[in-house]
Amino acid sequence: MNASMPVRHTQAESDLFERFETSKSALSGSVAVTALREAAVDQIRDRGLPHRRVEEYKYSDLRAFLKSAAPLSESADVAAAKAVLDAQDSYGELERYRIVVANGVYLPELSDTDALAGEGVTITGLNEALAGEHGAQLLSSPKSALNDGLITLNTAFVQGGVIVDAAEGVSLSKPVELVQVATSRGAQVTRNKVTVGKGAKLRLLETFAGDSGQGEINSVFDYTVADNAFLATTRLIIGGGDAARLFTTIATLGAEAEFKSLGFIAGPRFTRNQQFINFTGENSEAKIYGVTMAGGDDLADQTLIVDHAVPHCNSREFFKTVLDGRSKGVYQGRINVAQHAQKTDGEMMTQALLLSEEAEMANKPELEIFADDVICAHGATSGQIDEDLLFYLRARGIPEAEAKTLLVLAFLSEAIEEYDEDDVTEGLESRVRDWLAGH
Amino acid sequence: MPAVQETIDQVKAIDVDQYKYGFVTDIESEKGAKGLSEETIRFLSAKKNEPEWMTQWRLDALRRFKQMDEPNWARVSYPKIDFDDLYYWAAPKSVEGPKSLDEVDPELLATYEKLGIPLAEQEILAGVEPKNRVAVDAVFDSVSVVTTFKEELKKAGVIFCSISEAVREYPDLVKKYLGSVVPVTDNYYATLNSAVFSDGSFVYIPEGVRCPMELSTYFRINEQNTGQFERTLIIAEKGSYVSYLEGCTAPQRDENQLHAAVVELVALDDAEIKYSTVQNWFPGDKDGKGGIYNFVTKRGDCRGKNSKISWTQVETGSAITWKYPSCILRGDNSRGEFYSIAVSNGYQQIDSGTKMIHLGKNTSSRVISKGISAGKSENTYRGLISAHRRASNARNFTQCDSLLIGQECGAHTVPYIESKNASAQFEHEATTSKISDDQMFYCLQRGLSEEEAVALIVNGFVKDVIQQLPMEFAVEAQKLISISLEGSVG
Repeated sequence: MNASMPVRHTQAESDLFERFETSKSALSGSVAVTALREAAVDQIRDRGLPHRRVEEYKYSDLRAFLKSAAPLSESADVAAAKAVLDAQDSYGELERYRIVVANGVYLPELSDTDALAGEGVTITGLNEALAGEHGAQLLSSPKSALNDGLITLNTAFVQGGVIVDAAEGVSLSKPVELVQVATSRGAQVTRNKVTVGKGAKLRLLETFAGDSGQGEINSVFDYTVADNAFLATTRLIIGGGDAARLFTTIATLGAEAEFKSLGFIAGPRFTRNQQFINFTGENSEAKIYGVTMAGGDDLADQTLIVDHAVPHCNSREFFKTVLDGRSKGVYQGRINVAQHAQKTDGEMMTQALLLSEEAEMANKPELEIFADDVICAHGATSGQIDEDLLFYLRARGIPEAEAKTLLVLAFLSEAIEEYDEDDVTEGLESRVRDWLAGH
Repeated sequence: MPAVQETIDQVKAIDVDQYKYGFVTDIESEKGAKGLSEETIRFLSAKKNEPEWMTQWRLDALRRFKQMDEPNWARVSYPKIDFDDLYYWAAPKSVEGPKSLDEVDPELLATYEKLGIPLAEQEILAGVEPKNRVAVDAVFDSVSVVTTFKEELKKAGVIFCSISEAVREYPDLVKKYLGSVVPVTDNYYATLNSAVFSDGSFVYIPEGVRCPMELSTYFRINEQNTGQFERTLIIAEKGSYVSYLEGCTAPQRDENQLHAAVVELVALDDAEIKYSTVQNWFPGDKDGKGGIYNFVTKRGDCRGKNSKISWTQVETGSAITWKYPSCILRGDNSRGEFYSIAVSNGYQQIDSGTKMIHLGKNTSSRVISKGISAGKSENTYRGLISAHRRASNARNFTQCDSLLIGQECGAHTVPYIESKNASAQFEHEATTSKISDDQMFYCLQRGLSEEEAVALIVNGFVKDVIQQLPMEFAVEAQKLISISLEGSVG
């Protein structure tokens, strides 16, 4: 009901304040950036971490989940980062460029900086930019994400990240993998800014490697897709571990632009993948897909706000969730259509499959519409595996476990196929199988 | 697609400046002192001749109310209500205790006549029984002025009277059920209502009885600066059936008036309650001045197995509506239904919807909601569908469509769908384009064009909702019946 202020700070909150005091001097930034960081910490002091009384976090109570907050991770050495990457490569054989951020800081030594520069893509570390004249602008948020708890937490502690700039008209032959590596225990807080220039095309793969222990991973990805440009981002959030995985996408789309994204969650204990999509130019399109698998005591939250502020834009949101054990799946999606955003076409679908008696799904597909000439639709379903389908497969001699796997795969691949980035999503089927077999 | 002309015309016909029930009845009335205090409650309770336990119940609610904060989650905005600047008791002077029809002030009878609610009992003439007889409980400001057909209902064992009378005459039933569906501290306005409720209806249908006629309550707010705090309690014993209708209007006044009602329904094994509302409170004038704040808690408890509760509402009035008729599906195999058409115009704000809470096994629910916003109004559907751990095989189907007419209004959908049971099957959809492919295919195959097919299916679907309304409401519903759904958005 009322977002009442927490009177007493939790252990994790106290840890965060302490973390800020000890690492303040090491965190880079101009005077203005430092002021933003301090304001962010004050906001956490006033409101606490996001909790269930905050409507946007109703189902994902980060405040209750975080029992403590680890210190920020130390800077990584190149050899250690390389070792982690060699051991844990998310895409194996796939041809791609690589940008490496280790323990929150850009690592040029392991990145294909020169090759990318040759293709017209420049990479710079966020740290230098934060210290510069326009540093504070790098930490701005769109209207729909103002005062969001995760972004606030990110602003307070951001260690670094990269600025990726694809020049006007470039079209890369290979996708670019932005991999964030943890070489030691400790929180990893990054902010990555990606700009795709006019008419340019970029495909981005976002992956995570290493183990941050109890330290939370908090990453903000801020994309600008200019007029006529194209950006596809595939985010893999995979693996066990107790660390909270907190991801934010902010996407700003120009005119005639196309943005696609797939958020793939399998396995972490607590994940929140939130996206704020903003249309600022006409005739653009956004397609947002989500595939979530959670088991055990996992909580997996896919949250999305699509802001249709201008006319003639289309958006498609399609989310699939498979739940097992005592896990909890959350989907919160909202399509906003501003008064003058006529001819908007928005279509949102969320479907959940519950494999166990104790799994829970919360769906909240919202529409907020102020324009009268639009087509907006949403749908939500939840249920268990269709007995008839299972029977059909078993009658044909397929053992029960395999039949279930096939049905889960079929269910999830609807979204993956529609995302239509086959070379990149090729390996996801085996990840689904691994997950089904391994928990 | 924008709305079609026909729809625009129909909505215009019920625009806020077309409000027909805005007259004031000039009748001498008596008011309690202004303000919300223990004295007010003692005064009110004494006025109604209530037993001490009832007074204590109210005082307890007041104490709790003082500790609560006004909810702010709904998508409505209004200046803060000063609860100390309201009258909690207003009654026509001529009403003192329950009366027979002959003794009712002719002025009051004329008022109800004018509202289209004849209170005179239609006599059985020459053995010809009039069709569709309805027993009416007429509530004027804070009191029930008359309840018709009481004697005849009594013969069937049905108790139909004002809640004030029930508190005095049937204290055991009231004690047992009052507050058992909507607890005193359920929410801010329910707590306020528990402290100061004035009048409303009490219905008790004994085991196995099918109520011989429709029951109805007509609420009228007449006085200035008053709040109306209706309290209705309906109990359907095992195997019984009742259909209940509710209507409401208020005069056209410049200031806002508060209507904070609580309605509780209890359906025991195999019982069925059908509750229909045409809510037509004064919506404010075309500049958004005046109008009723309708802050209502309505909840039905399907307590017994195989029980059924169905809510049907046509909402066209009120400056602000804040109302979520809900069903608690506690009994195994119980069923809840919610059918709603909500039209907002002028500066009206509607935040309405339903909650279907599945607790028992094999429970099912169906939600169909149509929101139409025009003018500068805001229309929000807010609903919760939840299945608890033990609610195996729960089923829900929800469809909510909304339509915008004009550039300055808003339509919003905020559904919460929470499933804690794997065998619960929930479906939620919100658009005309979601018509089932099978139905489309069937129609197309028979030579209909796609447009004709959609029209046919959609019309069939609207009729579905309208048909849930009892005959008596047909007139009001008629105005909305042919509203097409072209241009619907989710």
